[in-house]
Amino acid sequence: MNIFKFLNRRTSAPVARERLQVLLAHERTIVGGQDDLVATLREEILAVIAKHMAVEHDNVQIKMDRGASVSTLEVDIEIPTAKTGMRPAA
Amino acid sequence: MAKVLVVTSGKGGVGKTTSTAALGAALAQNNQKVAVVDFDVGLRNLDLIMGAEQRVVFDLINVIKGDAKLSQALIRDKRIDTLSLLPASQTRDKDNLTEEGVARVISELREQFDWIICDSPAGIERGATLAMRHADVAVVVTNPEVSSIRDSDRIIGLLDAKTEKAEQGDRVEKHLLLTRYDTARAQRGEILKVDDVLDILSIPLLGIIPESPDVLRASNIGAPVTLGSPNSVAARAYLDAARRLSGEVIAPQEKRGLLSKLFTRRAA
Repeated sequence: MNIFKFLNRRTSAPVARERLQVLLAHERTIVGGQDDLVATLREEILAVIAKHMAVEHDNVQIKMDRGASVSTLEVDIEIPTAKTGMRPAA
Repeated sequence: MAKVLVVTSGKGGVGKTTSTAALGAALAQNNQKVAVVDFDVGLRNLDLIMGAEQRVVFDLINVIKGDAKLSQALIRDKRIDTLSLLPASQTRDKDNLTEEGVARVISELREQFDWIICDSPAGIERGATLAMRHADVAVVVTNPEVSSIRDSDRIIGLLDAKTEKAEQGDRVEKHLLLTRYDTARAQRGEILKVDDVLDILSIPLLGIIPESPDVLRASNIGAPVTLGSPNSVAARAYLDAARRLSGEVIAPQEKRGLLSKLFTRRAA
């Protein structure tokens, strides 16, 4: 363990503070009545896709990363090719 | 005029019941008429912390259902006669807590007492929302630890949205009670400092209760810490917090400049 790591080992409180500030900034908007934008987008994007094709739930990867100033939503959908049966959802 | 105070936190195990007992006793020690009410239906513990577990005959649910009168269910403290306990039911479940029933009991208590202190169960379900429903004042009990702070923030949001006061466009007066605080560890950066917690939660500070063996001892013997060990640091912190609730301006026990500054800070 290097000396820098050793000195920083005990002061975890600033990390806690920063994590809380980012988290609560997001949670407060939800409790305040407005929907969580990122969660809404995730739901609606999935609904749109389901309208046009049958997507296996396991073939959808969603990653969300909430940051202090920027949040990202990454939706990775495996679209079946025509051969394996691209068709409208029932 | 009577004040209804809810002691709440979201998270369990942070010291709600201990704080309810200590603040209730402290207010009663200052000659206020106090009723402490346990809302943790099914998991009551305030009776145990108050040392009245052998004296419970009727409970809150009995009063709500009309099986008993309020006066029959209230247990008067043997040490201070201005302090009474309304225990929760241990056998019924929380569905027996009705909105109208709670409203009726609270308004009846308002006629007899100066302070009605509602000890909220953990969580944000029925028991917790009904405990805060009629509150004029809220004491948010928080440990300097991430999950406790997150839950406190959630509770503050509910106090601002789901209480009777909030629905009437008024505000519940909110206070932060930081419990199990270890100054030495905070200095070393191992736990969040008072200032960090105040910055994040943005409500005024009512008191800092140090991590202390006296608090555990008090629960072992069934005496609120302000009665069991009145000269301990924890008891003095609770006694000061109670006086602040009554509107007095009190400097913190430690006459350090930094700490008194924290107490004069208002919410951002």
